[in-house]
Amino acid sequence: MPKQIHLAAHFPGVNNTTVWSDPASGSHIEFDSFREFAQIAEAGKLDFVFLAEGLRLREQNDRIYDLDVVGRPDTFTVLAALAAVTERIGLTGTINSTFNEPYEVARQFATLDHLSDGRAAWNVVTSWDAFTGENFRRGGFLAQADRYDRARSFLQTALELFDSWRGDEVVADKDRGTFLADPHPGAFAHRDAFFDIAGQFDVPRSPQGRPVVFQAGDSDEGRDFAAAAADVIFSRHSTLEAGQAFYADVKGRLPRFGRTREELLIMPAATFVLGDTEDEAAELAHEVRMAQVSPATAVAFLEQLWNRDLSDHDPDGPLPSVDPVAGENTIARGRASVRMHRDPVATAHEWRAKAEAEGLTSRELIVEVTGRQSFIGTPATVAATIDEFVQADASDGFVLAPHITPGGLAPFVEQVVPLLQERGVFRTDYEGTTLREHLGLPLRQPGGAAAAAS
Amino acid sequence: MTHTPLHLVAALEGAGWHPAAWREPGARPRELLTARYWVDLAAEAERGLLDAVTIEDALQLQSEDPFAPDDRTDRVRGRLDAVLLAARVAPTTRHLGFLPTAVTTHTEPFHLSKAVATLDHVSTGRAGVRVQVAVRADTAGHFGRREVPTVSRDRHDDPEVQRFVADQFDEAAEYVEVLRRLWDSWEDDAEIRDAATGRFVDVDKLHHVDFEGRSFSVRGPSITPRPPQGQPVVAALGHAEVPWRLIGRSADLGFVTPTDAADAARLVAAVRSEQADAGRAEETVHVFGDLVVALDEDEATARERLQRLDEWAGVAFTSDAHVFTGTPSQLADLLGEWQQAGLTGFRLRPATLPHDLEQITRGLVPELQRRGLFRTGYEADTLRGLLGLGRPANRYAAQPTNA
Repeated sequence: MPKQIHLAAHFPGVNNTTVWSDPASGSHIEFDSFREFAQIAEAGKLDFVFLAEGLRLREQNDRIYDLDVVGRPDTFTVLAALAAVTERIGLTGTINSTFNEPYEVARQFATLDHLSDGRAAWNVVTSWDAFTGENFRRGGFLAQADRYDRARSFLQTALELFDSWRGDEVVADKDRGTFLADPHPGAFAHRDAFFDIAGQFDVPRSPQGRPVVFQAGDSDEGRDFAAAAADVIFSRHSTLEAGQAFYADVKGRLPRFGRTREELLIMPAATFVLGDTEDEAAELAHEVRMAQVSPATAVAFLEQLWNRDLSDHDPDGPLPSVDPVAGENTIARGRASVRMHRDPVATAHEWRAKAEAEGLTSRELIVEVTGRQSFIGTPATVAATIDEFVQADASDGFVLAPHITPGGLAPFVEQVVPLLQERGVFRTDYEGTTLREHLGLPLRQPGGAAAAAS
Repeated sequence: MTHTPLHLVAALEGAGWHPAAWREPGARPRELLTARYWVDLAAEAERGLLDAVTIEDALQLQSEDPFAPDDRTDRVRGRLDAVLLAARVAPTTRHLGFLPTAVTTHTEPFHLSKAVATLDHVSTGRAGVRVQVAVRADTAGHFGRREVPTVSRDRHDDPEVQRFVADQFDEAAEYVEVLRRLWDSWEDDAEIRDAATGRFVDVDKLHHVDFEGRSFSVRGPSITPRPPQGQPVVAALGHAEVPWRLIGRSADLGFVTPTDAADAARLVAAVRSEQADAGRAEETVHVFGDLVVALDEDEATARERLQRLDEWAGVAFTSDAHVFTGTPSQLADLLGEWQQAGLTGFRLRPATLPHDLEQITRGLVPELQRRGLFRTGYEADTLRGLLGLGRPANRYAAQPTNA
């Protein structure tokens, strides 16, 4: 039997993947957009919807970055509301471990899990910057080296809180007048370098026991963190070869943490463009890329690498002849991707060489080098490619990020999902009610042991 | 004679406010953590045309002792986050307002601001928040970020405790100021989607809030655009001068706990005085009276029911609020009388759920309608609208200049 594919829908984000200038592009704030998006995904029997988070509006050149979608609602609140208008689909929220406290986040996720009948998931992310910290009373920031330590401690503490109720405490026996079987439920005590807390957790055990835990880190430390504690990795390695290497690496780490290969799923992000023919799809994809990289966006991307003001640069001309400013990136703030440029001068040289060799303008170069993994083609080739990736252990499925809000997922659901179902690699209906069941993950017993498969 | 309609809010809490409420025949104690239970209660409140519901919360388990945890097994224990509960229920209703409780002491105003703004978006303009301080040492122990003195009944008049409690309320006032600034940090027309220039927003219409308070600072702007109501409704409950000051400084809606009509007049005057001292005399600040209500079609039945509940509880029920036992018609008399003392509405705490909520919506409301004291249909689509509060101008928007 072939591997079953897991598919999810990423609500279009505040980055240039999202084409807000398209006439079909709707609100990123009004609840109707989220409702429509989630209902489309649920009609396609997808595993979950995914919301990202950013806790400070991005800035570039000391101004709020205004070329992409700006603004989004609160993750928890939207997911709780989505639980009211969907029935089965999982609800995954990105919640930062730096600017929160475990007790509060644990009660929010336990609440979401209750209110959704077991569909909650938490994408644990870390943050390090004082820039974002300026929005928070706790303020401050972490040394980049400490952020995984705090994240690990934060997650561990939250798991202890989830597990502080066994699930059999509430009996609510009206005749005997016994509400609780345990006079002191939810007891916990956690003490380490980051958290020194104790008391009683106030939310009884939720349907999944623990919400599903996602992790998105990519460093060696991030991979270990995921192998130790995550249920799903939201990765960026979405080409076949890179995906296979990442998949083998991370799955290979699991035995060290006493876990089996089935206990951690790997789901890269991916976009898609469908057409009636391969040529049509390619043409559409090019149009989408040009819309994603407007002339102004191209210059903004250059500035992020060059780390200097290039507002007078001609996007339709060659790349800047000067070298990037070395050192800390001061031009773009609140944007994780600038950290990807580990050696800006070397990258600039690579880009220049590529542009010269292929005769690309600045904008065309940016279109080439900032593209995300995309499935482009007819529904039949896209279905075949996705299936091939999963069967070849490049991933366990994909988190799909449409470029149009909220309707961009509909063509995939209508045209690709049925082909995957015909191939026998994707569910034709939900078999369980909880997200853990959709993902084939074990329910968690208090103390962290996986329950025996039923 | 014309009457001014009064406002009604139902205070939702567990199985009801009586500690034995969960043992009533109609109670659903095993469903208190399910969405359907709260969806049903909200639907009942909306059927009764109520302005809003409040939802209780705290960052700790319920306890009989207001200052410390207990190990009782005969009371409801365990709860859900109230803001998320409101968000789960709001899309199933169309007119009802939501005032979930949020604790200001251990939480981040930036997070709560966007959560309440988002509740306003998902309810299309029916959100508010009831702010509450947390002074208990066990609650602080859940966060481990601040040292707190032990607050207990015995130490209530201890100057150290009084100073500490006053500090928490001062911090709550700063916290509300941050909420309000962040709600205004986007002007209504900040999103421009100007394809010609490639700009999604007009950055001149996004504002840093630059709040510098005694205990924290917040830069802003919010990540969430201005909510539909502009400013969601802020409410607070007060039993003494310090919390009345918070109401006067910060709230659109204050809840007080009168014992009779004369006391109601005294409490209203106290809040009005704080409101004036805060320079808000011209603003609408509602003062609602809190009452626990046990209602039946005849008074004897109500009394017998309360007595049975007290027997189950093992103690005669007392509350910080006046406990009313009687018929909906008798309650309507009392509300009319207290309204004359200056209250503009009431927050009714059903002793049991759903029974006493249904007595409110199906007994009290028709009675008040007959007397011309309550709406016969929803007259507005937003909570501010139902409360007669206008949509406020944005504090950061450029004022139109007169030529």
